Amino acid sequence: MIEYGIFALLLVLGYGFGQLSEQRHYKSIKKREREMSALPAVASRYPPSDTQYQQHMVIGSVVVASDYFKSFVANLVNVFGGRIRSYEPLLDRGRREAMLRLKQEAEKQGASMIFNVKYETSRIGGRVTTIEVMAYGTALIPSQNVGAPA
Amino acid sequence: MQANASSEKTSTGSDEIIVTNLEYYPGMVIAQHLSLVQGSSVRAKHAGRDFMAGLKSIFGGELAGYTELLHESREEALHRMVEQAKSVGANAVLNVRFSTSSIASGAAEIFVYGTAVTLREDS
Repeated sequence: MIEYGIFALLLVLGYGFGQLSEQRHYKSIKKREREMSALPAVASRYPPSDTQYQQHMVIGSVVVASDYFKSFVANLVNVFGGRIRSYEPLLDRGRREAMLRLKQEAEKQGASMIFNVKYETSRIGGRVTTIEVMAYGTALIPSQNVGAPA
Repeated sequence: MQANASSEKTSTGSDEIIVTNLEYYPGMVIAQHLSLVQGSSVRAKHAGRDFMAGLKSIFGGELAGYTELLHESREEALHRMVEQAKSVGANAVLNVRFSTSSIASGAAEIFVYGTAVTLREDS
């Protein structure tokens, strides 16, 4: 009986805190995305050649974990198959956060654009799904900005 | 914050190697392709961090300890690649790519590779 109690408690705690942290995270992501929208990050491999740029590789990464409730739901869905909705926001948050960190680092160096952006996602072992998302690309820093961070 | 930002900028200085994941450097031409250079680092999880991560796995959210761990590991892999590039006499590493694989539960390998070249000013 006690085991079921603990299980139910973990589910409730997982759901409560998980939802709370997800909402908070999304709020902060949306706010920062607006702030960073002036700095484009693109997947193109060919930078414009009209201006002189310094190139510098930048990286943004984040490790996010799913909560107890979401993992439980995902395990249930696994039995029947189908779309695992509870994991989708996790990956979305990871990707957006990694991109924001990439942009932050590029902005610190006075970059005006980020080219050839690539994502890497990897699973980190653990009891619940824990993923690492990393975004990397080349920050193009206009020559006049070098040495004078924005 | 400002001072910090400018001190991090040293890798764009002339005595340092250029590291980029583009295939060329506007305004410069590739004088010589030297070799493929690589660096890797395998890190295991730290018990203290693992404990905190265990707690976090109930509540969800970012595991800052792991983010930091992987960041350090990546810096080390990059550093090894740059050292190798220097040893073959390169002044730039182009088309750099990362790859991460979890080899065992609790250990991850970070691998980074690129093409070491010598660049010279376009005349």
